[in-house]
Formats: sequence, structure tokens, C-alpha cells
Amino acid sequence: MKKILIIGATSAIAEATAQRFAKEGASLYLLARNEERLTSLAADLKIRGASSAAYALLDVNDRVRYEEVLKEVVKTLGTIDVALVAHGTLGDQKACEDDVDRALLEFETNAVSTIALLTRLSNLFEKQHGGTIAVISSVAGDRGRPSNYVYGTAKAAITTFCEGLQARMFHSGVHVLIIKPGMVATPMTEGLSMPGFLVAEPDQIAADIVRAIEKKTDTLYTPWFWKYIMAGIIHLPSAVFKKENL
Amino acid sequence: MKSIQRIHGWGRYPIIEAEVNVPLVVSGVKSAVENCGADGLIARGLGRSYGDGSLASYVIDTRHLTHLLDFDKNTGIVTCNAGISLADILEVFVPLGWFLPVTPGTKHITLGGAVASDVHGKNHHVCGCFCDFVEHIELLVSPDNVLLCSNTSHSELFHATCGGMGLTGIILSVSFRLKPVSSAYIDQKTIKAVNITEALELFEQNYASTYSVAWIDCLATGSSLGRSLLMIGEHATDHSLSSPAKHAITVPVEMPSSLLNRYSIQLFNTLYYNRITKKEVANRVHYEPFFYPLDGIQHWNRLYGKNGFTQYQFVIPKEAGQEGMTKIVKEIAASGKGSFLAVLKVFGKQNDNLLSFPLAGYTLALDFKIEEGLFPLLDRLDAIVLDYGGKIYLTKDVRMSAPTFRQSYPRWEQFQGIREQNGTKGIFASYQSRRLGLDR
Repeated sequence: MKKILIIGATSAIAEATAQRFAKEGASLYLLARNEERLTSLAADLKIRGASSAAYALLDVNDRVRYEEVLKEVVKTLGTIDVALVAHGTLGDQKACEDDVDRALLEFETNAVSTIALLTRLSNLFEKQHGGTIAVISSVAGDRGRPSNYVYGTAKAAITTFCEGLQARMFHSGVHVLIIKPGMVATPMTEGLSMPGFLVAEPDQIAADIVRAIEKKTDTLYTPWFWKYIMAGIIHLPSAVFKKENL
Repeated sequence: MKSIQRIHGWGRYPIIEAEVNVPLVVSGVKSAVENCGADGLIARGLGRSYGDGSLASYVIDTRHLTHLLDFDKNTGIVTCNAGISLADILEVFVPLGWFLPVTPGTKHITLGGAVASDVHGKNHHVCGCFCDFVEHIELLVSPDNVLLCSNTSHSELFHATCGGMGLTGIILSVSFRLKPVSSAYIDQKTIKAVNITEALELFEQNYASTYSVAWIDCLATGSSLGRSLLMIGEHATDHSLSSPAKHAITVPVEMPSSLLNRYSIQLFNTLYYNRITKKEVANRVHYEPFFYPLDGIQHWNRLYGKNGFTQYQFVIPKEAGQEGMTKIVKEIAASGKGSFLAVLKVFGKQNDNLLSFPLAGYTLALDFKIEEGLFPLLDRLDAIVLDYGGKIYLTKDVRMSAPTFRQSYPRWEQFQGIREQNGTKGIFASYQSRRLGLDR
């Protein structure tokens, strides 16, 4: 029976992933802000086959609570097989351009909190000598684009941080997975105009994540074709890139 | 979460602009209802009803309210948020030996939608509609009033809501009875009927079969008028509950609407009818191809091109049976319109739900692309259907007139009375309810 910790557990990708783990009979510990959603998610996961589904409220920007919350998690789960860090917000890029505080809050939620969490988690996993830390970054971190570069900057920070972590944790047998989803139909992206044929469902992403954890993949582009799209975007000469308004 | 989006039903006609609210929790539904303007709102799920029943300028989209809330493995009674899809329910429960008590031809609908349409399936003649298996529903009639409705509690509202097209409030959760099965497979038999007369006879001969449905060639004429393939089925008992891997194909873009014309459809129909050469073929198939053959083709609605299509589904009472059916099929065959997706089925008796569609008789469903001359043809068909005491399925309808609705759904006044009594009239309204004269 796998022991799974999920941070940002009510995000659509996290829920779909949790449901897949539940089906295998996993024990889950869920952390998120939305109590109403957490309560029904926990019930849902148990019906889907989870051995247990505990949860606690956590606002990732409330960093002083990390120690206490993680202590409780360890008390409940014991050894953690998988920690999925899935929280995030897709702030309004335009609003972030006009309002410094807003831009910094986005960075705080998507990068600073994640770095703080990962620092604690990596020390925990190092002592365990095993397990997987899976972190949802984004293709948006591969190159800053005018449409979402504040979000992209935070994701780039996480990606780089995790690359370092990967190499460090390798020596203690801990697997660090960097997940880079492309466009996904979730409440976070609701109302954005996205080209339909590129948009994936959360469950497709979840299936890829579960597989990548099993196979101990380092970096997962999901769906797979984003690896090639991003390779193209990264290699566009900046003279062209600036004009394209991607 | 809200945004302005262009939305449409499964028929991709009409396409409208709407403010779409996507609550993540029940309290979010309440505040979305509170913030609605004077024009009213309608709940919307996966957008699989064909016409304009889920269209309004202010929409509450239940797509993310998808949790299983309770399950009793002794009785098979499951309670879920209304936005969960039947596909998701099947995926969880078939491996445990449970199946949907009633299922329509696609599993990509929400549970709330199944109740609001009081959907029927291939077992209607013996099992009735989906709502006949519903224990209770939680219905939001106003932001501060959520009622638990069932056969015994708020029963009038319950019978108005089952099949009520979302016009009595927002269904938040549904509790219903699953049916035990020992296999994910169906023992299927396909029988060829040379014409409509034989098809209807075969339905009667196989009335005891749990599932029965016929694909009918609506373009064949003369002595082959209404030639059909009748498919009957029973749950297998081989104790195999696992499912094979699925590979859906997809229609990536809108096809030119000229692709589907009288000749291409005639060719398809002839090939399809002759795909079995014997009078009768028996085999075992997984439940997916048996119940959801079209779910294997994602976005098949794009086949009909940019103008979209409509599905015309009517029922006529058994007494009118052969005569009425023959008359209607003749009219369709003569028009040269009609499609390769025509389905014939025998219904069992009508239930107590005020706007529920099925009544004891025969139903035929067929797709038409939206084109010049279609609506006059459908008006002519309406006249024949009404003449025989039949009606049109609201979940498919996009163009029925208010007088046709009133005549064919005689319990509409009672329905309106219950809406008025509960203060939901005018608050929950769709393009369809306005067209049918239920709202202004």
C-alpha cells in the first residue's frame, strides 16, 4: 500500500492523480485551502478504493505552519512513498504588470512557497532514503512568454531548483520528478482561449504522472508532444520570438 | 470562476454567448445563483443534450462537481455530486460488479443531466427510465433553500425535476441504485429485419430480453422500407469484470457538411445493413461497444459540418405502431434527408415524471444536418407524430413550437404550477424553455 502526500490536493490534476492512487488502494494525506472541497474529495477517494484519506487545511503562503503540518503527516502516514506538490495559481498577467504586489504574490505562491516546502520535504525524504518527490512545474517555465511570464518565471525557478534537487537527492535514492504539463482543461485555465486540439484533460496528465513516478522519470512533458513544441519555442531566435506574441 | 464563452449543445446549433460560472463547491453554486441577473440561468453539465436545453445567457456549469459522496456496497446505492459523468461512475463501479441501472447511448453525460432528462436506454421496456432508480436528489431551488426530494419527500417537486430539463432548480447531488452484474460483457444477438414490419414484430418477440434496440435504414424504400438490424443483449455471466484498453479515435476538425449527403449515407447504410450476412449472429462484446458505439469516435458531432445538426426523436403509442411508423419513415425516406444514425426502440410504460419522454410505444431517433428545408420537414413529421398521440424528446429538441409542446406534454400546466409554487419559474430558464413558452 503506497503512502501519498498531496499538496494543493484540490487542483484538478492533483485530484485526478489522487483518484488513480486511490484505485490502487493507497493511503493519502491531502493538503489544500478549500475545506468544503477537501471534505468531499476525501469521501470520494475512499469510495474509489483508498485505504485512508486524511486531510488538513493549509495555505501554502502560511509557511510558519509547514513544520507542524508535516509532523502530523509523518505521524499519520509514516514513511511517505510519494509527495506530489501540485499547488499553484495562474495569476492574471495583465494585472501583474500593473501591480507590483500582485506580481510578487504570484511569485510567492508559485515559487517561494514551493521552494520552502521542497526544502523541508527533501530533508525528510533524505532521511527516508527513498520515495518520490513529484513537483508540478509547467512548460511556461521553459521560456518567458508575454502572455504569462510572471507565472512562467515562478515555474522556471521551480524547475531549476528541482534540477539541483534531483542531483542532490540521487545520492540518497530519492527520485525527484519535474512535471511540465502543457495546456490542460482545469478550473485554473477556465475561460482562457486555448486551441482545442492541444488541450488535455486532467486525467490524461494524471495517468502520465503515475507512470512517470513508476518509471522514475526525471522530467515529464505531458502530454508528450509538448516536449517538441517547447523545443521549437526555446530555439526560436529572439528576433522572431519577440514578434510572435506567444 | 466565471468567463464569457461561446457554448452550444451537442448538435452545435445554435451557438450562443454566455457567462459561464464554474463552481468548485456547492457553496459556489449558491453564490453563482445569487449573482445571476434578471434573465435567469440554467445548469449545464457536459453539454451533451442536442438542442438548446442547456443554453442561457447565464450558465452554471457543474462539470467540476464530480465527487462520489457515499456508497453502500450492500444495497448498491451510490450518492454523487451531480456533475460526475456516467463514464466516471462506470469506471469505478464496473470492476466492483455494479452497472448503471439505465444508460443512454453515451456515457459522457453528467448524473444531473441524466436526471434532468430522465434518460432512457435499451432496457426501457422492462426497467423504465433512469429516475425510476433514483432514491433522492438534493435540489437547490434558491440560494438559501436546498431540498431533499424523493418519491416521498417533496414528491411533486421530485417528479417535476426528473425530466424537468433543469427548470425547477439545480440538482446538487443524486442518490441512486446501481445494478449488480457479474461481467463487463454483454451477450449480444443481432437479427436482420427486412423491413419495418418485421422489425416491430421482432421487438415484440424479444420483449423479454433485457436490452433491445434496432439500427434502422431510413433511406431504404419500397419493400425494404425501414430495414433494420435488431440488437438484443443480456449481461454475460462469465465473471470477467476487467476492461480491455480503449483507443478512441477523434474527428479533429469540422468536416465539410457536404460530406454527408443522400448518396454517402445510402452507401454507408447498405454496407452497414449487409455487414452481417446471416439472419442472426450471436457474440459476446464488452459493454462499451454495446452501449456506447459512438463514444469510440470523439467529437463525432463535427461530422455534420459548421451548421451543426439536430437529432429528431419522437415516440408514438403502441396502438399507432406499425401504421404510424410506416407513414413517418416513408415521409423521411421520400425527403432523402436523414442519416446513418437512426435508432428504433420499443418503450415500456410511462412513469410519473411530468415531462419525462417515454410512453408505451415505439421511438425513433435520427440525425439531420441543419440545412434548408429541414425544419419544414420536421414540422410535417411533428404533425404526424401529434396526430398519433406521440411526442418529441426535449433533450434532443431545438425547434419544436410552443403549441406542439403543449399538446404533446399535457402535464405541462402541472409542471408550471410546481415551478410557480417553488418560485423557480423565471429564475431557472433556458433558450428552450422560452421557445416552448414556459418562460418569457
